[in-house]
Amino acid sequence: MMRVWLGLAWAGLVVLPWYGLEAPLRAISALQPEALPALWQGRVWLWPLAIPLLMAIPGRPRLLALSGALGLAWLCIEGLAIGHRGWGAPWLGALFGAPGPTQPALGWGAAVYALSCVMLAAIGLARQGWCRGDVFVLGSLLLVVGLIVLFVGFPVVSILTSAVRDNAGGFAPDLFAEKLFNSSIWGLDCLVGTHACGVAWNTLAQATLVGVLATLLGLAFALAALRTNLPLKPLLRLLSLLPVITPPFVIGLALILLFGRAGVVTNFLALHFDIPRSRWIYGMPGITIAQLLAFTPIAFLVLVGVLGAVSPSLEEAAQTLRAGRWHTFRTVTWPLIRPGLANAFLISFIESLADFANPLVIGGNFNVLSTDIFFAVVGAAHDQGRAAVLALVLLAFTLTAFMAQRAWTGSRSYTTVTGKGDAGLSAPLPGPLRAACYATVLPWLVLTVAVYGIIMAGGFVVTFGRDNTPTLDYLWTAFSIERGVGGWFLSGSGWRSFITTMELALIATPVTAALGLLTAYLLNRQNFMGKGAFEFLAMMSFAIPGTVIGISYILAFNVPPVELTGTGLIIVISFVFRNMPVGIRAGIASLSQVDRSLDEASQTLGARSFRTLRLVIVPILRPAIVTAMVYSFVRAMTTVSAVIFLVSGEYNLATVYIVGRADVGEYGVALVYSAVLIVVMAAVLAGISAVVGRQKIGRRGMLAADQPVVVQA
Amino acid sequence: MQPAVEFRAVTKRYGAAAAVDTISFTIARGDLVTLLGPSGCGKTTTLRLIAGLEHATEGQIRIGGKDVTRLSAAERDVSMVFQSYALFPHMNVLENACYGLLASGIARKRAEEMARSKLALVGLSGFETRLPSELSGGQQQRVAVARAIVLEPEVLLFDEPLSNLDAKLRRHVREEIRALQQDLKLTVVYVTHDQQEALAVSDRVIVMNAARIAQDGTPRALYEQPASRFVADFIGDANLLPVTVRRMDETMAEIRLGSLALTLPHRGAANGSAELAVRPQAVRLGEAGGLPGQVLRAAYLGSHMEYEVGLAGTAAELFVIAPDVSTPIPAGTEVSVTFDPAGLAVVPGS
Repeated sequence: MMRVWLGLAWAGLVVLPWYGLEAPLRAISALQPEALPALWQGRVWLWPLAIPLLMAIPGRPRLLALSGALGLAWLCIEGLAIGHRGWGAPWLGALFGAPGPTQPALGWGAAVYALSCVMLAAIGLARQGWCRGDVFVLGSLLLVVGLIVLFVGFPVVSILTSAVRDNAGGFAPDLFAEKLFNSSIWGLDCLVGTHACGVAWNTLAQATLVGVLATLLGLAFALAALRTNLPLKPLLRLLSLLPVITPPFVIGLALILLFGRAGVVTNFLALHFDIPRSRWIYGMPGITIAQLLAFTPIAFLVLVGVLGAVSPSLEEAAQTLRAGRWHTFRTVTWPLIRPGLANAFLISFIESLADFANPLVIGGNFNVLSTDIFFAVVGAAHDQGRAAVLALVLLAFTLTAFMAQRAWTGSRSYTTVTGKGDAGLSAPLPGPLRAACYATVLPWLVLTVAVYGIIMAGGFVVTFGRDNTPTLDYLWTAFSIERGVGGWFLSGSGWRSFITTMELALIATPVTAALGLLTAYLLNRQNFMGKGAFEFLAMMSFAIPGTVIGISYILAFNVPPVELTGTGLIIVISFVFRNMPVGIRAGIASLSQVDRSLDEASQTLGARSFRTLRLVIVPILRPAIVTAMVYSFVRAMTTVSAVIFLVSGEYNLATVYIVGRADVGEYGVALVYSAVLIVVMAAVLAGISAVVGRQKIGRRGMLAADQPVVVQA
Repeated sequence: MQPAVEFRAVTKRYGAAAAVDTISFTIARGDLVTLLGPSGCGKTTTLRLIAGLEHATEGQIRIGGKDVTRLSAAERDVSMVFQSYALFPHMNVLENACYGLLASGIARKRAEEMARSKLALVGLSGFETRLPSELSGGQQQRVAVARAIVLEPEVLLFDEPLSNLDAKLRRHVREEIRALQQDLKLTVVYVTHDQQEALAVSDRVIVMNAARIAQDGTPRALYEQPASRFVADFIGDANLLPVTVRRMDETMAEIRLGSLALTLPHRGAANGSAELAVRPQAVRLGEAGGLPGQVLRAAYLGSHMEYEVGLAGTAAELFVIAPDVSTPIPAGTEVSVTFDPAGLAVVPGS
């Protein structure tokens, strides 16, 4: 075991090309010195990398752990200290003389060397008795932590460091303070004057509004589904899946077609009721409606779970104690679901803070942080420092809300009071409350149906609302197949981005699921020092808005030591670390239903943890694995906020392509493409749940498949 | 011969709280030893320490003479029957029974052969292809036992094996386990909180209380010579009465209980005040020359009567079991209370 990793580490130094991830093959053919392995480079600072490997002696665990740590440490130090244009930090230049040595970005050799060092350290620590001497557990733990530090921690730190620098790269705390407390972020002019308020206040107001309304709507839906006779359950279940498979911006697009200046509803009102056309939809009202359509189902899923867990026998007990319906609801049901309401509010709040696509499409002149970050980078200003500062503010908001949510759900859950299933009937809702529910739910359902109707149909008419002649032109533009000289080929303009998206999503899916479930296994089944911190780190990437991830990846991976921008790899990596928490949640949810004694039985029968994982846990978790894979695939296909920063000419993605079409007013193509995506996603979901839904293991029915996984857009 | 299991001053702490506090014991080969105690006393932690599912904070654990303190569960020659049975739900009976053999690298064909013979031993031939969910609770438990003994471990561990069975099945399964243990000459460590179950199956019982060993001995020794108030009360109810001791010789003492004087072994109790454990069956009501008392409550239980008797001049209430159901004594009757010396024991150190 140890010899294998030691051999790989040597291979990383002596055989594999040290620099360049994509270039090496080209470079090797041109015999460029960069493509040589580390020790043949003639770069002296790489030679010390061999020293730890000489120290790694079998039977000396302490030395082994030390050698792994030293190898990694020196790799980080020399990588960060020596950049592609000389010293990585000005003070190094002052110390050793500018410009200093240079080196390109790290390549496969370095990657294999780093991985081997992690494993050597894990073996060394395990042999000293860490993690009960379990190499597999310790190795996976160090590996996951290392990956999270590299692909979540390092980018976030890069935001911090570039926020405190000016655009030339010098350290400028004054400029940072000026940018951070700029009135364009924190100004309160809208309260006293006519100017717009600061973007931070805009964002907070928007998120609070959406949080409150989404929670109320979600509650109305949950009550209607569980506490009335309305035959809504199958329909609601379907609607709750829609936001998962809907690309986030198409709702904004559909709203424009309904309520914009030339929208269907606007036309109707202008024609028949003489209500003047206006642009009211662009801005806060439009964003609010779009986000409510997108996030209410999430609040609904949370509240259905909470409401469903309120034992009917409690309500029956209240009624036998002479409480009327209204009194029962007010004194029993409501207090029991209150923690759930707070949770639903915070989740919708975070979603709204992080939402990028709807404000982009329908925001008009109303700025929020996520769009401002984008325009600071791609706009004429191209001010990375400002983007970094805005990202910091947004990150502070979401992390605060995230921590509040965790603290709240951690301490205030009443739902597991009894472990026994209770029979009994839930109390029917008091009359006025039921009427209020209906009055909310039914119009909202009409709006939802209208919006999705437009999304599905809007691309198949000439100009929706004005010229409703059916046409296949847009479908043909995007997805035509023609016969040329070389036979059939895909000539539509959308094929390229569609296929790229499929490819990258399919590559990312198994990695995401594996990493997520491995992390879930470590969190749920193993005890180790710093477990709380590890869990926080792993789940934190859930709370980092996509725009922040996007900007941080640009800042962190644009220059050596790790240079990934412009590659497909960076998109895959962003998929993996954005969606990993879904796998973690699905994994933890179903692992906690599998009794620990199964692992222990396997262990006492002589199976070590890897074998136990493979033979006992993975087979039982198969439904959870499929769920995690489906969700990470779907999310990868529909995400836009992070990848809009990362796409390149070579690797363009479906969602970014659609946003581009919508941006130049080609709504037909955008809608057709969205409809195609939705149909493909729905087919994937339906196909998978048809396959997985049949597999039941015994009467314990440990299936996670029917558990709703709350997903962030 | 090396003992099968040996604990040398083993402590297990979770944070500051000790779940098991400096305990030492040995278990001889071929014995069935029960760890008995109320919930939270550390008995299950002790069992898991033997299995290697928990690792000791201090002290040494030896199995078959070998130091295993730092070995993981997979590396120890023990196997365990879990309270929930922990049968793998996605594997059939035969696959479950083979699991440990395959994990230790035995070829599948040979493993299946061995597993079949052990399944036959527990009376489950013909059930090989069933899933655990298709078996009754008692059958599931037999699979769990077969899966554990197929490895022929140095020590076999049972964690409350009867708690998921209904009352009638319990006595039957209890006897089966004991018979299997004696036929195969297995060393068994058995955890339970049910003192009757412990007395019925064990060669030896280790009573635990508050993370420590309260007493370690044969069932008879525990019942007849409890080492402490806790053991006296936990193993078969005991009335504990304050008495004065006056030592007469090496073994015997005169015990004064109110106006009664009894001659009993002093069991190390010093002159002065002490406590006397009185079994409910050892109290006689209505024989002349006893302490004055009054029946406070009486209950008819079919096979016997239960009384609560107040002793005159004290706050003590005696719990009494009387075999005579034909002439019950109604509540309120004044009675004379005497004792059968066979059901009395001075509790030392109390």
